[in-house]
Amino acid sequence: MLFQRGVQGRRLLAYGVPMAAVLFALILGAIMLLILDASPLEGVKAMFEGAFGSSKALTETVLKATPLLLVGVGITIAFRADVINIGGEGQLVLGALFSTFVALNVPRLPAVLMIPLVLLAGFVGGAIWGAIPGVLKAYYDVNEILSTIMLNVVAVQLMNFLLRGPFIDPGEIERGTSIPQTERLTENADLPLLFGSGRLHIGPVIAVIAAIAAYVLLWRTPLGYRLRAVGRNADAARYAGIPVKRTIVLALTLSGAMAGLAGAILVFGSESHRMVTDGSTAGFTGNAGFNGIVAALFGGLHPLWTIPASFLFGGLLVGGNALQRTVQVPSALILALNGLVVIFLVSSDRFKRRLLDRKATGTESELGDDPTGPDPPDPSHPEDSESINLVNRGEV
Amino acid sequence: MSGLFTEAVLVATIAGGIRLAVPLLFASIGEMFGQRSGVLNLGVDGVMLLGAFGGYYTVLKTDNVWFGLLVGVGIGVVLGLVTAVMSVTLKAEQGISGIGVFLFGLGFSDLLFQMWVGTPLPIQAFPKVEIPGLSNIPFLGETLFSHSAVVYIAFAMVPLSMFIINQTNFGMKIRAVGENPEAADSLGVSVAGIRYATLIIGGTLAGVAGAALAIDLKIFQSNLTNAAGFIAIALVYFGAWRPLGVMGGALLYGFVNSIVLQLKTQGIIPRSWSDIAAMAPAVVTILALVVVAHRFKPPAALTKPFERAR
Repeated sequence: MLFQRGVQGRRLLAYGVPMAAVLFALILGAIMLLILDASPLEGVKAMFEGAFGSSKALTETVLKATPLLLVGVGITIAFRADVINIGGEGQLVLGALFSTFVALNVPRLPAVLMIPLVLLAGFVGGAIWGAIPGVLKAYYDVNEILSTIMLNVVAVQLMNFLLRGPFIDPGEIERGTSIPQTERLTENADLPLLFGSGRLHIGPVIAVIAAIAAYVLLWRTPLGYRLRAVGRNADAARYAGIPVKRTIVLALTLSGAMAGLAGAILVFGSESHRMVTDGSTAGFTGNAGFNGIVAALFGGLHPLWTIPASFLFGGLLVGGNALQRTVQVPSALILALNGLVVIFLVSSDRFKRRLLDRKATGTESELGDDPTGPDPPDPSHPEDSESINLVNRGEV
Repeated sequence: MSGLFTEAVLVATIAGGIRLAVPLLFASIGEMFGQRSGVLNLGVDGVMLLGAFGGYYTVLKTDNVWFGLLVGVGIGVVLGLVTAVMSVTLKAEQGISGIGVFLFGLGFSDLLFQMWVGTPLPIQAFPKVEIPGLSNIPFLGETLFSHSAVVYIAFAMVPLSMFIINQTNFGMKIRAVGENPEAADSLGVSVAGIRYATLIIGGTLAGVAGAALAIDLKIFQSNLTNAAGFIAIALVYFGAWRPLGVMGGALLYGFVNSIVLQLKTQGIIPRSWSDIAAMAPAVVTILALVVVAHRFKPPAALTKPFERAR
């Protein structure tokens, strides 16, 4: 019994490591507030109230968490196959552009058909933007981190071009204001509201379903097994007859598709029901493509744990806006804070793994531990721990 | 159409291309040092943004561009050290840790800019240094020898880094640590020490790159670099981890940018299509990566933290 408790204690301690990492980042954030002449206590209070203090605040938080969750789930899928997708921003934009294109062209479709269609269009748009780096990595040895970042840049320009030209609201041209935005998109594509009124639409529900689906895909289907086998040891997977290249393409395609879906939800769940650009990606996505990475990392790269993690970071973003209103500290602070969270999470990962890795525990160690589901044994590599093993990436 | 081929425009395009290559050159030469020693530092863009803000702010307050550059150096050293602690001592996953530095730089530079400056006021630029004699040569003088000192320093980094990497003891250790850290370690080379050194060099040059960019543009704004730090990383791959190759990549990139800019200002492409033209650099980078991959191999230990076998 004593021994058992020791093991459990160590596991608990291991899960405490990421918590401590985030806490440490938050403390640094508080110090930043001090340096910037704002009271950290007041700041934290404003943030907490702004994010979780009322039902309206909670709604905002849930809505903000939605794209983070979808992007995060996509990141998780890619990571399990040992590919890093930094292209969430671009994939969000492409998903939004595809779904906007559909809404502009067949506005008369009834809502029953329209809503699934625009969501599908978003999914496809993101999938294409994910498939490109997938193909480049699998067949041309191009480092996906660099190609996904470059595709983010291309996506912004494409968005600016389309919203200033072909997609622009005809009213903007008539008035001569030329704000780069679409007209109010067809009401048939408005995402249904959960409670009939208010702001809460079905987007968050879709995101949670997507997270559960990703979990089932990864741990309950042969395809998921293949994805994870490739992620663990591509060579072993190849010997086992798994088509490694196709699996890599698929991982990035699915990953992009999740972000694309988020892009569609951002457009059709927005208050203005149009797509707008301020010339940068962040103006449309609110950096969800990057912040989703943070949520996924904090969620241990597990789709289900990414759900509460996204909620937390969604709250942080909404709280950041409250911070700007009450203490006059720009919400860019939250982005800086998220950067620190990533730095501390990744830097402390080794300690967590070491705690989980003790032979005595007999458990699998992994960055994204899977506390809820069994793991199919990997016959080729029995001792291979499922740590996200991204070493040995000798590609260009 | 004929507008593009007058001598004045040609001179402006070439000189502009060289100027635009400078921040990339600083950053990629720095990144090259890290990668040759086996560490992929993805935080360059974040360091550049902080260096850019630091440089901009210092020049705004002191009116001295060299102080601005110096602040860029200081910020770079600190962040290079942070990167080294993460990647070498704590052995953090290199594919993600740099993204943390990037996000921090993106957010923090924007935060400080909004808090301390607010409205973007233009600052002083680097003074031009006309090289006596050479700058009077027709055409070449104007394109190559009438730049600011920073441009000459950037290009001087190329032979200097070639010398360091290929001819010095330090350079030999860098290569050994990047190709076979176990062997280097068994011969008594401090793998961690060498990697700390290369990452601090890389951070410093990234900080300088950011400061040089902001001072050259005479302005700061949120996300000023627009992914230039990532392009700098791509250029290291493009240049096959060699200083001359990296310089070729930076120049190619500078010229593509400069030509797009000229096409826009000369009105050769309609304004509405300028967004499409602005995709060119990123697309060229991706194509370049496709072409170069397979031909050259990265350092064998790239992205692998070193652990002594027990």
